[in-house]
Amino acid sequence: MPMLSEMEWQALRLSLDVATRSVLFSLPLAIAVAWLLARGRFAGRALFDALVHLPLVLPPVAVGYLLLLLFGSRGPIGGWLQEQFGIQLVFSRAGAALATAVMSFPLMVRAIRISLEHIDPGLEQAARTLGAGPLDRFRSVTLPLMLPGILAGAVTAFAASLGEFGAVITFVSNIPGETRTLPLALYTALQMPGSEAVAARLAALSFGLGLAGLVLAELLARRVRALLGP
Amino acid sequence: MLEVSVRHRLGQFLLDAAFNAPAPALVALFGVSGSGKTSLIQAVAGLRRPDEGRIALDGEALFDAASGIDIPAERRRLGYVFQDARLFPHLDVRGNLIYGLRRSRTPTRIGFDDVVALLGLGPLLARRPRGLSGGERQRVALGRALLAQPRMLLLDEPLAALDAPRREEVLPYLERLRDHWQLPMLYVSHQFDEVLRLATHLVLMEQGSVLAAGSLAEMALHPALGRLAGEAAVGAVLDSAVGAVDARTGLASIPAGSGALQLPAGALSPGTPVRLQVLARDVILATEPPRGLSVRNVLEGRVVAVEAGLAGSRRVTVDIGGLRLLAQVTDLAASELGLAPGRPVWVLVKAVSLRAASTGPGLPAA
Repeated sequence: MPMLSEMEWQALRLSLDVATRSVLFSLPLAIAVAWLLARGRFAGRALFDALVHLPLVLPPVAVGYLLLLLFGSRGPIGGWLQEQFGIQLVFSRAGAALATAVMSFPLMVRAIRISLEHIDPGLEQAARTLGAGPLDRFRSVTLPLMLPGILAGAVTAFAASLGEFGAVITFVSNIPGETRTLPLALYTALQMPGSEAVAARLAALSFGLGLAGLVLAELLARRVRALLGP
Repeated sequence: MLEVSVRHRLGQFLLDAAFNAPAPALVALFGVSGSGKTSLIQAVAGLRRPDEGRIALDGEALFDAASGIDIPAERRRLGYVFQDARLFPHLDVRGNLIYGLRRSRTPTRIGFDDVVALLGLGPLLARRPRGLSGGERQRVALGRALLAQPRMLLLDEPLAALDAPRREEVLPYLERLRDHWQLPMLYVSHQFDEVLRLATHLVLMEQGSVLAAGSLAEMALHPALGRLAGEAAVGAVLDSAVGAVDARTGLASIPAGSGALQLPAGALSPGTPVRLQVLARDVILATEPPRGLSVRNVLEGRVVAVEAGLAGSRRVTVDIGGLRLLAQVTDLAASELGLAPGRPVWVLVKAVSLRAASTGPGLPAA
């Protein structure tokens, strides 16, 4: 592959940064939501389940628009964040991370939830009889056994975050060095005559990253499963 | 002492059971599958919350519906051994063993090295649960429960998932730990041979309620036992010790009531505590002193009770100087011999089964 230009490097670094923030931010929340969906018994669980999975079926532009309404400078949450903490999400890297986090959230929850549903609740019961309280049981038994799902979910969500386009461009626009991630840079290149080579390199890069992410997720899950045993 | 008195509805099934378990003792909850034994032991452990009732250990309430006490399972300090071991797959055997030990807040009475030695776990310590055989898993599960320093050990059919050779592998370990730490144990089983080998006390359960409870010797004479354990398993149980061993004949003599029973000595030596069973179908009654018989064991006694037994037969209880034996006699024979309470009889014992001896694993004999 020919050497990348500074602009392309910038897009790649930015994408990795945004995806990392996105995964770190959403992982604890995804574990909590997966736990609620797998083990929780509460009214409105079906609706909650649907809400969590909504980004999978909504047009990404619609999600971006919704984020603008909620987290925009004049939105209920965005305004409050700006006033209280001086945090501005619109047109910022943090906003891009939020948009990719929302879009990849269902993928992450799904992977974690499946691993959680495969854990024998009898093991937690055994931990109880050995003196482990609820948090202790979660930390010492449930969480380690969920690890394959957590890793797979994180890597899949990371790969998906690298490629998120619609929600990002709608929510945080396309600002070089701040919100212009790989797919946005690719889109920009396609808009400019004579940038076919740039577009091709960026597309190849996206392809490679996505593939590597998915293969890595599978390998990690396999390795951890082998470690944990049936 | 464990005091249990609970009511718990499970769909159509009503568990309504009460019993007291003395300590130290191995109390077996015995009944056919579906009689509520497991639900009951889960209630004791705190894994199932009864609708009503009270559960107390050594006077301290673990559960009391009336006063709203329900100590969570993790604070009851009751060891639990599940039928399916439930070892943590992400920890090696050592990690499993110390899981409860690290969480116990009491002085360590049951030490790691002792448990490893007693249960023969040394070679397994670095292994993962998935590589272990069923018998090895159950031994690790036993060790893990013991090391949590429990006040009492609850065992829910710990051998039921094992085939016969694996059960024989684990049984001696259960006997050893029962005798070594004098730890009170509550043992759920539907296998009477296990009960005969391990239990000191028995709680008979049927359809969610307790039929009777008492020492194994008492319960062995209970009329309902044939229904629960199978008629072929019915017979008096005698806990005694070897009196003398005759080197010439190779027979051990064991005091039984006013007389003595003889059986091949095998590895027995004088003073060895033994548990014998005399099956009701192996007992013959005579109204005159018998002569010219090959049967070695003849005892004098008196009929205590005659009850209806299996179709066409009677269950006769005979007292031989404080010890009671059961005999299965046909209706015809019972009436021809005029068997009735108070009648003096001679008891001929065709076979005596050695169910347990403290020298080692029980050897089926005679």
